[in-house]
Amino acid sequence: MSQNRFQQHLVPVATLLAVGLVLWYLLAIWLNAAGVIERVLAPQGAWSWQELVAATFSMQRPVLPVPHQIALDLWTSIFDAPLDSPRNLLLHAWVTAGATLTGFLMGLVLGGLLAVCIVHSRTLDRALMPWIVASQSVPVLAIAPIVLIILGSLGITGMLPKATIAMYLCFFPVTVAMVQGLRAPQRLEMELIHTYSASRIQTFFVLRLPSSLPFLFPSLRVAIAAGLAGTIVAELPTGAQAGLGARLLTGSYYGNTLQIWSALIMAALLGVVLTALVAAVEYLIVGRRRQA
Amino acid sequence: MKFAIGVLNLNHLVKKLTVQDAFPMNAPHPTELQASPHSALETPVARPAVVARKASVIYQAADRPVHALSEIDFTINRGEFVSLIGPSGCGKTTLLRVIADLEPITSGEVLVNGMTPSDARERRAYGYVFQAPALFPWRTVLANVMLPLQLIGRSKAECEAIAREQLGRVGLAGFEKKYPWQLSGGMQQRVSIARALGFEPKILMMDEPFGALDEITRDKLNEQLQQLWLRERRTVVFVTHSIAEAVYLSTRIVVMSPRPGRIVKVIESPLPFERDLSIRDTPEFTRLAQEVREALAEGHQ
Ligand SMILES: Nc1ncnc2c1ncn2[C@@H]1O[C@H](COP(=O)(O)OP(=O)(O)OP(=O)(O)O)[C@@H](O)[C@H]1O
Ligand SMILES: [Mg+2]
Repeated sequence: MSQNRFQQHLVPVATLLAVGLVLWYLLAIWLNAAGVIERVLAPQGAWSWQELVAATFSMQRPVLPVPHQIALDLWTSIFDAPLDSPRNLLLHAWVTAGATLTGFLMGLVLGGLLAVCIVHSRTLDRALMPWIVASQSVPVLAIAPIVLIILGSLGITGMLPKATIAMYLCFFPVTVAMVQGLRAPQRLEMELIHTYSASRIQTFFVLRLPSSLPFLFPSLRVAIAAGLAGTIVAELPTGAQAGLGARLLTGSYYGNTLQIWSALIMAALLGVVLTALVAAVEYLIVGRRRQA
Repeated sequence: MKFAIGVLNLNHLVKKLTVQDAFPMNAPHPTELQASPHSALETPVARPAVVARKASVIYQAADRPVHALSEIDFTINRGEFVSLIGPSGCGKTTLLRVIADLEPITSGEVLVNGMTPSDARERRAYGYVFQAPALFPWRTVLANVMLPLQLIGRSKAECEAIAREQLGRVGLAGFEKKYPWQLSGGMQQRVSIARALGFEPKILMMDEPFGALDEITRDKLNEQLQQLWLRERRTVVFVTHSIAEAVYLSTRIVVMSPRPGRIVKVIESPLPFERDLSIRDTPEFTRLAQEVREALAEGHQ
């Protein structure tokens, strides 16, 4: 049964993947052809179309590198340099992941605290919510340099400024989901707890918090992805020494498209891993609690 | 006896408790049962659990105010099993909610154990069984029953022992590790009854607890509830739409009528305290059911 379903899914997925790869290679030929002809083939004189294709797939700085080039570059930048060398992509991914996770946890705490305040006080609900929403309409690209400059002038550098930017993006989905989740308990459940004379704090831990978890976790997946993007953006203007954002920046500075693509793929992989991490925690906490 | 006690009238309360301990509610004297079913209620020490004096509740609806309860005068003594019966909308739920401090009264007075409902609630006087089981889906059956005990700060081992015992009493031993959604509706309702009972409330409030159940399950639960009351003699206020249920369970039946919500008749049950389902075929039972039916019809006109 499951074997069957697996096969059912395998064929369309594999087909889509193959079509995508073929299109990618065709696009690479088309985009790289002009540069190859001008810089590599024309000086040599006559060239055949096989030579053209081969050359477009093996350029030093292609407009669009082909998948196997990126894979090769990823491989060498992960395995050919020692782990603590700045040439190793894993080191950069590690630095970015550390800042993202720190910012994510800070955002979780901040977002949770804001939600608790909003749910328990009508005044704070009115006072805070507009600012929270407004804060998110300012693009990170504008906020990031300001935060970095201010924190830098206070002597705070390194991971913390990046984590702050990540937090700035993380806390919003957490707050919105938690406010909704903490208000999720039905009137009946609240009255039940009330007849048992539960205090506000007891009500929070016994009823509100558990009710909010199914709302919280989907938002955490959004938050950690947003936090990763925020960290990478924060790594751009600092001229950071390490991190995927720094790799992107140096890559584009030197026109090293392969390096850019490797860092991009690495960032995507990191995003997948971080989201999976959240999903694993979700499974541990609410996995066994199924709905009727 | 462990509750959170207001600091001021500590002495007063301790005195009360000693009196109560001298006349334990949960150990009925066999002689009383044989002599007259009402001797326990008519003794001079019969103290009221609930007193309502000219209690009114008016809801401010959009178009015009709704008189949900109109000048209710009525007393429930400790250890009584009182059923509230009446057509839909006559204020049964409202009366229960007023007693349990879930709804404020507009005028009049309601006293529970000599206190305001709010004070009584803070002294943990109530076990409220709602029409729906209201179990927390993220807690196991056992943890659901432990909930009220945890709230009053009992030790974990103590909570668990009490919860297990209560689950056994409602016939759910062996289901402790299950989650509510793995249980049938009737079982869920029994869990919610066990939860209310484990709290050892002075007053057990039940709002149509078996309304959504089939006839057979309902009969079984009625029988269990009656036995339980006989064993523990807790004060029970029970809302139902079923005449048979009210007559089978109660020592007193309060018939209500709507618009405005008021009490039409209070009927003392002549049935012995020790009963089983076969009592429903006796002439006394039929006569009492007939009396309730007539009172209901009277109120409806
Ligand atoms: N929150 C409320 N706001 C306005 N009116 C209400 C509210 N709750 C109840 N009522 C009204 O008060 C009256 C009594 O309601 P209540 O729920 O006590 O009736 P009930 O006897 O329990 O009925 P049922 O047997 O259908 O449960 C009804 O007319 C109802 O419309
Ligand atoms: Mg009702």
